[in-house]
Amino acid sequence: MYPGDRRYSKQHEWLKVDGDIATIGITDFAQSELGDIVFVELPETGKEVQAGDVLGTIESVKAVSELYAPVGGTVEAANGDLESKPEAVNEDPHGEGWLCRIKLTNPSEADQLMDAAAYQELLGS
Amino acid sequence: MVEFAGWSLPIQYTGVIDEHQAVRTRAGLFDVSHMGEVAVRGAQALDYLQHLTFNDVARLAPGRCHYNGLSTPGGGFVDDLLVYQLAENDYLLVINAANTAKDLAWLARHAADFDVVVEDQSGEWAQLALQGPLAGSILGPEVSENLAELRYYAHRWMEIEDARCIVSRTGYTGEDGFEIYAPWCAGAAIWRRLLAAGGKHGLVPVGLGARDTLRLEAKMALYGNDIDETTTALEADLGWMVKLKKGDFIGRDALVRQKEEGLRRKLVGFEMQGRAIARSGYGTFQGENELGRVTSGSFAPHLNKRIGLAYLPIALSEPGSQFEVEIRGRREAARVVPTPFYKRPQR
Repeated sequence: MYPGDRRYSKQHEWLKVDGDIATIGITDFAQSELGDIVFVELPETGKEVQAGDVLGTIESVKAVSELYAPVGGTVEAANGDLESKPEAVNEDPHGEGWLCRIKLTNPSEADQLMDAAAYQELLGS
Repeated sequence: MVEFAGWSLPIQYTGVIDEHQAVRTRAGLFDVSHMGEVAVRGAQALDYLQHLTFNDVARLAPGRCHYNGLSTPGGGFVDDLLVYQLAENDYLLVINAANTAKDLAWLARHAADFDVVVEDQSGEWAQLALQGPLAGSILGPEVSENLAELRYYAHRWMEIEDARCIVSRTGYTGEDGFEIYAPWCAGAAIWRRLLAAGGKHGLVPVGLGARDTLRLEAKMALYGNDIDETTTALEADLGWMVKLKKGDFIGRDALVRQKEEGLRRKLVGFEMQGRAIARSGYGTFQGENELGRVTSGSFAPHLNKRIGLAYLPIALSEPGSQFEVEIRGRREAARVVPTPFYKRPQR
């Protein structure tokens, strides 16, 4: 099931907050919809984003999908392992497949995202 | 499932990469019943087909087929297709689903000048493709004839599941394999029978996603991407299929002229130098010069490379030539490589 230690966006991303740093990834549902992921383009450290901005792209064999910032902040780190192993996003989307970390501009923005139960319900519908 | 030329088709069953690799190492089964089939019969069936196509239909015989194209007056493609000779004055054309209506109109228009009858049989045939090194082992026991005797680009009537089918050793993957034309109502039963028979060999069903990556690795053209009415058969690197000596045909004059003047551009294969993936429609550049667009491009699962096809100016068409593909605003390095990108191991 979907881990209870994080929030979820309507674009099927998860956000795990630790103080004012949030780790972002895509959900298991998203990776399964995308299919085999073969290339991930992640933002540069220092990039500033607002909620809804394009953070990067995730490419499956067939399609290019944009990754949107679920909340606003400054990019602190990107998961460098994905360059050589993009399939980690398929294999462990909630763990090893994390995409990037941002320093939140406004930590309370995260509270506006769904909790695990609400996301589960979104999927169920 | 997605909509494709009016049909509902699966992009994948278990995963594009898994399905792609299954075909390269074991076998995969494709439902390609969306393809169109057209019967061409009559005393002038041969003359008619010679007039409308690039390749020499007179070189066929009952039991043989070949890759061909319906030509435009400019030497381009109305469609690419397979022409099967079933008997004297009796041919079956297998055409792209997306072009079925267009092809039928074109065929009908020209049929008026010949003693020939053109009949749309698309609704009568189901088509399955069984492709991969184990295809013969899987299909052999299921058919009434000796499959091992069927040579490449040959075809024969065979019984499968009590249905009378045409089986040809042809395909769109670059692997050994077969295309099976069955009466429409028998298609599902044959599908299930083959999946059951192939289970122990690791046969899997394969969708459109892997169909595209497989044909791209084998450098097989996709109509609408790599070839269309504006690309001549010579530019498309399909000159081997153009038989100027067979006599006059639609577009012959244009092709002769193009051959004499020399090609200005050519369809070439390329590899991306980095990890970015080139896709259909992305712009190609050399310095500030815009060269054109990528026609087909993808991640190639078996080769683990990022490959593509594009029309480049002749001066840049030799393997080793470098250019750039613009991907989301950034120029990424590409290099022309020899094709096909993949060639199946010869036994």
